[in-house]
Amino acid sequence: MSQIRTLIVDDSSVMRKIVERSLRQAGLDISSVIEAGNGADALGLLDTHQVDLILSDINMPVMDGLEFVRQLQTVDKLRGVPVVMITTEGSESNVVQALSLGAKGYIRKPFTPDQVKEHVLPVLGL
Amino acid sequence: MTPQTLENPISAATFDRAIWTPLLELSAREVFEIMLYTRLPLFGASAEKHVGEFTALVGLAGSLCGVISIRCTEQAARVMASKMLGISPEEVDNDGFDALGEIANMIAGNFKAKLSGVGNHCMLSVPTIIVGSDYTTRSLTGENTIEVVLDFDDKPLWVTLELHD
Repeated sequence: MSQIRTLIVDDSSVMRKIVERSLRQAGLDISSVIEAGNGADALGLLDTHQVDLILSDINMPVMDGLEFVRQLQTVDKLRGVPVVMITTEGSESNVVQALSLGAKGYIRKPFTPDQVKEHVLPVLGL
Repeated sequence: MTPQTLENPISAATFDRAIWTPLLELSAREVFEIMLYTRLPLFGASAEKHVGEFTALVGLAGSLCGVISIRCTEQAARVMASKMLGISPEEVDNDGFDALGEIANMIAGNFKAKLSGVGNHCMLSVPTIIVGSDYTTRSLTGENTIEVVLDFDDKPLWVTLELHD
């Protein structure tokens, strides 16, 4: 994969910027980034945008990350898009649930760019 | 150090200042080292109690109930946000100060993860930011409070855990 189109889903705009910055600092070839503040908005964006990678928070208003992952699996064209959850330390049960619903990996906050890379590359098959 | 376990549930009743103070300190230091590439020594000088102009609060609910907060000057908050976002301190706008809330959230998550058995049984609230120093807080319990003052960029950073019964 030469360039990675990415969707970042988090209710904090600051956190979305931090995640994007970490992806770029990690040296990943990010061609474009789109952002959503919750799972429902993210599903709306995915109607009109194709992405190669989704990074999603778990705790969000309107539609949380777990429901977002569950709904992604019900849409044929979105089922194969890898989702990596971004979670606060000490939320193991949420992580386990996200993985069982179809998420491909998770990153714990706080994280370094190298840790982001380490978790993202395998799910992209790189 | 004996880890707290579910058989020995965490509560204000088992609050142990001697054990929890270094854990709170370590939780803050790790977040700053990883996210801001900044070491946090203890603040040497005596820090005036009310010079904090920005406060970020994160509530804890479940096996651990209370609030974790961080408090600092505007200049310190500006530098923190700039380091997290990769912009200059002068470019930090009002939204940028939300970075302080994210830091508090990570410290709270890191802290509860260090208390074995608490992680899945304690929820964190969305962070709240208070701007200004002319306020006081009242707690239902005044005993179970830990506060450490760390040195961020030569300015005091208060990290406080306040537990409720």
